[in-house]
Amino acid sequence: MPTTIDRSRLREMLQAGAQLLEVLPRREYDEEHLPGAISIPLRELNRATISQLDRSRPVIVYCYDYQ
Amino acid sequence: MSPRAAWRLESLGFTSVFDYAPGKLDWVSAGLPVEGTAAGIPNLGAVARRDVQTCRLNDQLSDVKARLASDPTAPCPVVNDHRIVLGLVRSDAIKANGAKTAEEVMISGPVTFRPNVALEEVDRYLTDHKIGYAVVTTPEGELIGLASADQVHRLDAESLANRASN
Repeated sequence: MPTTIDRSRLREMLQAGAQLLEVLPRREYDEEHLPGAISIPLRELNRATISQLDRSRPVIVYCYDYQ
Repeated sequence: MSPRAAWRLESLGFTSVFDYAPGKLDWVSAGLPVEGTAAGIPNLGAVARRDVQTCRLNDQLSDVKARLASDPTAPCPVVNDHRIVLGLVRSDAIKANGAKTAEEVMISGPVTFRPNVALEEVDRYLTDHKIGYAVVTTPEGELIGLASADQVHRLDAESLANRASN
């Protein structure tokens, strides 16, 4: 079950090597995204696109807010 | 959206998945850096003053006036224990109603702005509606700070000029 985290925990996990994934549409990612985040829009999240993620490290997903 | 993405990743075999549910807006609200084409364009969160005086519903305006002595033209946001904005007392109302409480003279439900809004958009809104200050809050209504219309206008003009010269 995915765990919800806050900003403080996010920063700790990023420092420890977690991966950051933005799932908003690509245009929104191009305009503004968190440092180091990669983009896989939710509609494109599938077996092919996740190949760019490292399964051995935690993955943190985010979008705009609690939507 | 992100909860569904997190569950989808688990369905695809990922075993260590986390959801930063407050999202991009929370990050920007905290004034943290971002990357992307809009990264260099100043937004309201970058210019809002965060050390603003606030008052409570029952505060007497003579006391509020004393607290605002260093910035007598600024309005005073009325907040609760969670720093949620309940109202706004204009500076002229503070000066003219010393014996009244903030609740008696406040503007209920003032217009508020999110910190990620571009200065250009805020500048236009404040000018069109003749508003002297932008009250900046989180999506939940928690006060972040205030930005004066003059300051927003000046920094927006500077930003436009810089971008035009580059």
